[in-house]
Amino acid sequence: MKPLSYARPRTQAEAAALVRRSPDAVFIAGGTNLTDLMKLDVVTPDLLVDVQDLDLTELTHHEWGTVVGAGVTNAGLAGDIGIRRRYPLVSEAILAGASGQIRNAASIAGNLLQRTRCGYFQDVTKPCNKRSPGSGCPAIAGAHRELGVLGTSEHCVATHPSDMAVALAALDAVVRVRRATGSVSALTLDELYRLPGDRPDRDTTLEPGDLVTAVELPAPTGAPSRYRKVRDRTSFAFALVSVAAMLKVEDGVAVDVRLAYGGVAPRPWRARTAEAALLGERPTDSLITQALQAEFATARPLPDNAFKINLAASLTRAVVRDLAPAQKAGR
Amino acid sequence: MTSTNQAVTRLDGPDKVTGRARYAVEYGANDVAYAWPVQATCARGRLDRAETDAALAVPGVLDVLTHENVLRLHADGEISPAHMGALPDLLLLQSKDLVFRGQLVAAVIAETPEAAREGAAAVVVVTEAEHARLELTVGDDEAIVPDITNDLSPGHVARGDADRDFADAPVRLDTTYSTAANFAMPMEPHAAMATWDGDRLTVHASDQGPPWTAMTLAGLLGLPPSNVEVVAEYVGGGFGSKAAPRPPIMLAVLAARLVGRPVKVALNRQQSTSLTTYRGPSRQRIRIGAGTDGRISSVIHETTGQTSRLTTYADQTVSATRLMYRAEHCRTTTNVLPLDVPTPAWVRAPGEAPGMFALESAMDELAVQLGMDPIELRVLNEPETDPESGLPFTSRNLVSCLRIGAERFGWSDRRPEPGATSDGRWRLGMGVAAATYPHYLFPSTATARVDSAHRYTVRIGAADIGTGARTALHQIAADALKVPMSDVRIELGRASHGSAPFAGGSMGTASWGAAIESACRELRRRISAGGGIPDEGLEAGAETLEVMTPSNFSRHAYGAHFAAVRVDRDTGEVQVDRMLGVFATGRIINPLTAKSQAVGAMIMGMGMALMEAAEPDTRFGGFVTQDLAGYHVPAHADVRDIDAMFLTEEDPNLGPIAGRGVGEIGIVGTAAAITNAIHNATGIRIKDLPVRAENLLLRVAVKAGER
Repeated sequence: MKPLSYARPRTQAEAAALVRRSPDAVFIAGGTNLTDLMKLDVVTPDLLVDVQDLDLTELTHHEWGTVVGAGVTNAGLAGDIGIRRRYPLVSEAILAGASGQIRNAASIAGNLLQRTRCGYFQDVTKPCNKRSPGSGCPAIAGAHRELGVLGTSEHCVATHPSDMAVALAALDAVVRVRRATGSVSALTLDELYRLPGDRPDRDTTLEPGDLVTAVELPAPTGAPSRYRKVRDRTSFAFALVSVAAMLKVEDGVAVDVRLAYGGVAPRPWRARTAEAALLGERPTDSLITQALQAEFATARPLPDNAFKINLAASLTRAVVRDLAPAQKAGR
Repeated sequence: MTSTNQAVTRLDGPDKVTGRARYAVEYGANDVAYAWPVQATCARGRLDRAETDAALAVPGVLDVLTHENVLRLHADGEISPAHMGALPDLLLLQSKDLVFRGQLVAAVIAETPEAAREGAAAVVVVTEAEHARLELTVGDDEAIVPDITNDLSPGHVARGDADRDFADAPVRLDTTYSTAANFAMPMEPHAAMATWDGDRLTVHASDQGPPWTAMTLAGLLGLPPSNVEVVAEYVGGGFGSKAAPRPPIMLAVLAARLVGRPVKVALNRQQSTSLTTYRGPSRQRIRIGAGTDGRISSVIHETTGQTSRLTTYADQTVSATRLMYRAEHCRTTTNVLPLDVPTPAWVRAPGEAPGMFALESAMDELAVQLGMDPIELRVLNEPETDPESGLPFTSRNLVSCLRIGAERFGWSDRRPEPGATSDGRWRLGMGVAAATYPHYLFPSTATARVDSAHRYTVRIGAADIGTGARTALHQIAADALKVPMSDVRIELGRASHGSAPFAGGSMGTASWGAAIESACRELRRRISAGGGIPDEGLEAGAETLEVMTPSNFSRHAYGAHFAAVRVDRDTGEVQVDRMLGVFATGRIINPLTAKSQAVGAMIMGMGMALMEAAEPDTRFGGFVTQDLAGYHVPAHADVRDIDAMFLTEEDPNLGPIAGRGVGEIGIVGTAAAITNAIHNATGIRIKDLPVRAENLLLRVAVKAGER
C-alpha cells in the first residue's frame, strides 16, 4: 500500500487548508467506507485529515428543527431519543443499514459521502468510469442487478448505497457545508449530489476542501412515516429498493406525502413526480401504481434490474397501506 | 460413566475465544518475510514476462518470484491420490499459459506485508490475451462426459432403460434446475507460513489434512515425505476448500525457498475468489416417470457443470439420485464444459448439495402433480435394498426421519394447496426434503502413549477445522483407555503424527476415531501384559487398513429436512421461520458438537437456497463477487428457529466407531425443503438458486388470488 500521512487539525480552517494542499488528501471521520476503498486501492490518499477534533458532534433539537453535527455517529443519531420521537424515519433508516459495529464508527457526513458498492468500481483491475473516467462501464452489459434505474447515464449506473440519506431526502434535510474558502452554504440533497451524466467520477458538487459540518432537519410535520428496505438478507445488505415514506391523510385524501427511494439511483431519489400525483388524492393502489409509473417514466432499466421498478411500486403500495389503513375503503 | 455419548463442550473453546489458539500465520518465526500475489488480469492468454525493476525498488522488497526464478516442481512426483484434481493449480509459475483470471503470475516478497503489496502493484505483467470462453451453457459441443466424477462414479450410469420407460410412463415430470457457484470462504482465509531448513520443510498451514498435504508437497518438491512437516493445529474453517493444498500454501513454500527465509502468505477475500476453488454452478434436468399411484419407474438426472482448462473436475451431482428411490430404470449423466475459469472443486457436500436440491424439488413437483403428500410419495418409493448396487443397507431409516420429523415439526398443520395460509402480508408454507450422504472411511494411523505418572497422550495427524473433532476424539480416546478425559491429552494437526485422511467427506471422526480407539486398546493391552508402566512409559500405534475392506452393505447417512417459510406478498422477501433436520447417522459421539455441526450445515443450506451466489464475470473472467459484503451468507437475523436431532441407531456394519459423519448431510436437501416451502406458500416453483425476491415479486399476490 501507498505510504500516507495523517493529520488531526483543531480548526476547520486548518483542516480545509490541509485537504486543499494535495489533490490526494481526504477528510476522514469513521473511515468505515474510506479505509475499505484504500485497502482495495480504489482511493489512494497521501494525507488523511481526521475531523474528529473539529467539534462536529452537536445534536440539538429546536422548535424550528434539529441540527445534527457531521461527526455524530450513525448509532448516536439513530439512538437519540429526540430523533426517535421527532423523526423516527431517520432511526429506522439508519438501523436498516450496515451492522452495529459500523454504525458505531460511521459518521453522518461519511454516510452521506460514501461511495457506490458497484463491483466494478471496487475492482481496480477492471474498467469503471466513476473510478477511472473514460475507461468504460462494464456493469451495463455485466453485473448490474443491484445497480440503478433512475438518474443513471450511459456512462454509469451506480447507486448511492445509503439508507439514512433516503430518510433525509424525504425529510427535506439541508446539508451545511463550510466551503474551502470559509463561506458557508446550505444544500438540499438534490443540490449536494450530482447525477453522473458524462462525469460519473464526481458524486457530489463539493469542491476539494469543502467540509460538511452538519445536517439540519426542518421541524417535524407530524405525518406518519415508515422506512422499508428490501434486500437479499435480513441484515447487513444494501437495498435492492428502499422507501422512506411520509403520508398524512385527511378525509381520505393525502394532504402531505413524501416519497424517497434508495437502491434505484445515484442519489437518494426524492419522488416529486409521484408525490404530486398523489397529493390531494385518495392514495389507492391503482393511483400509486400510476404515480410510480410517472416517476419511473425516465428510468433506464437493464435486464437484471428492471424488477426494481415493479418492486418500488409494490413496496410503495404496501407502505401506504401501513401508513393509511383508513384508505382500505378507497381500494 | 463413559465419555462418549456425552454433550461435552468443546475443549478448545476457551483457547479460541481468548486468542491462545494459534492459526497458521499466527506462528512466529525469526526473520520472517511476506509474499503478495500478482495475478493475471486476462482470462486466457500467454505470459510474456513480468517486469520486476520497479517492484524491486520499493523499500522493503526482497525479491520477486517469477516463472524465471521459481523452483522447478516435480509434476510427476508421488502425491496424495486425493489431490490429483488440485495438482495442476499447485504448479505455480511452471508454465506461461494463462488459463483463468486471477491466476498467479508472480509474487513479491518483502519485509512487511505492506511492502510486498506495494511491490506487487509495481510489477508490470506483459501478457498476450486471447479470446476466453467464460459462460456455462448446456448442450455445448465442447462439453464432455467425464470417465469419473468426484466420487469416482462414472459420468454415465444406467440401469434398465430409463429413457424408454419414461417415454411410456403414465405420469411424467420433466423439469430443469440450476444452482449458482458458491464460495467456501471460511472465516480464516487460506494462509500458510513456510520455513526451510536445508532440505527440510515446515509449513504452518490452514489446511484440512496435514498428512496428505505433506505427502503432496514432498512429491512435488522431490523430497522424502519425512522431510516435510505440515502443522495445522487450529483451522478457522475450510468447507472443503482446504482439503487439498491450494496455491497459497505452495506460494509460501516457493517464496521461502527463493529468499531463504520463512515466508507468510495470507490471502484476502478478493484473492480467495480465484486461488482457493469454489463450488461450480450446475444446470440440471430431471425426468421422472411414475404410475398414477405414484410408484416411480424411471428417473433420468442430467447435469452440466464447468471445469477449468487445468483439470476435468465434475461434482457427483447426480450420484444420490441413483439410490434414493425405488426406480427400476435410472440413468444419470454428468457433462462438464471446460472454460477459461478458475478450477472448481470441493465445497460443502460437493455434488450431493446441488444435486439433491434438484431431485428433492422434483419429488415435490411430482407430489403436486399426483396430488399426493410429499412425505407419502417418498415413503411409497422407499427401496428395500440399494437400487443401484442391490446391496442391503447397513441401516437407512429415511422413513423414520420423515415420520418423526413430520410429527415433531407439525406437518399435519400444513395445507397442501399453495397459498392457503397467510399471516397479514405474509404467505406461509411448509416444505420437506430428504437427504443422503455416503459413509466414507479411510485408513488412518494414531498413537497412544502413557508415562509413568499415568498421563496419556494421544496423537493423530488429523486437523480439527472447527467441527469439534478434537473434543469428540478426546472422548473416544478416554473411553478406549477407560480413564477420565482429564487424564488424556490429545495432539492433532501434524503430518508427523502419521497418515490420516483430511477433515472432509464427513469421514473424519469415524476414520480417525477407529485408529485412536485401536491404538488406545493396544496400549491398554500392553500395560496389562507388562503388569504396569515402566519408567520410560509405553507407546502403541495403530493403522486401520482393515476398515477399507469393501463392505457387503450400502453405507449412507440419511435425513429429512423440514422448513417453514414466510414470503412477503408485496416484496417477495423470504424468511425462514423454522427448520428441523432429523438425521440417521449411527452413533453420535458428542450430541452437542454434532448438533452444532448439523445446525451449522443447515444454515449453510439456507444460504445456498436464499442468498449465496458467486457471480461469474462473463466478460473479464473470474467473479464479479469479490467479498463478503457482496457474497451474502446468512446473518444472525436470518437464523431464527433451527433444530436438529439424531435418531438413535445402532449399526455394527458402519465400522468400529459405528457413527456416520454429521458434517455434510445437514446441507444436503436443505435448499429443496426451503424452496418446496416457498411453493407451498405461494404456488411459485423456484428452480434457480439462489431464490431472488424478484422471482417471487407480484406473482405472490396474483397466485394467492387476492387484490
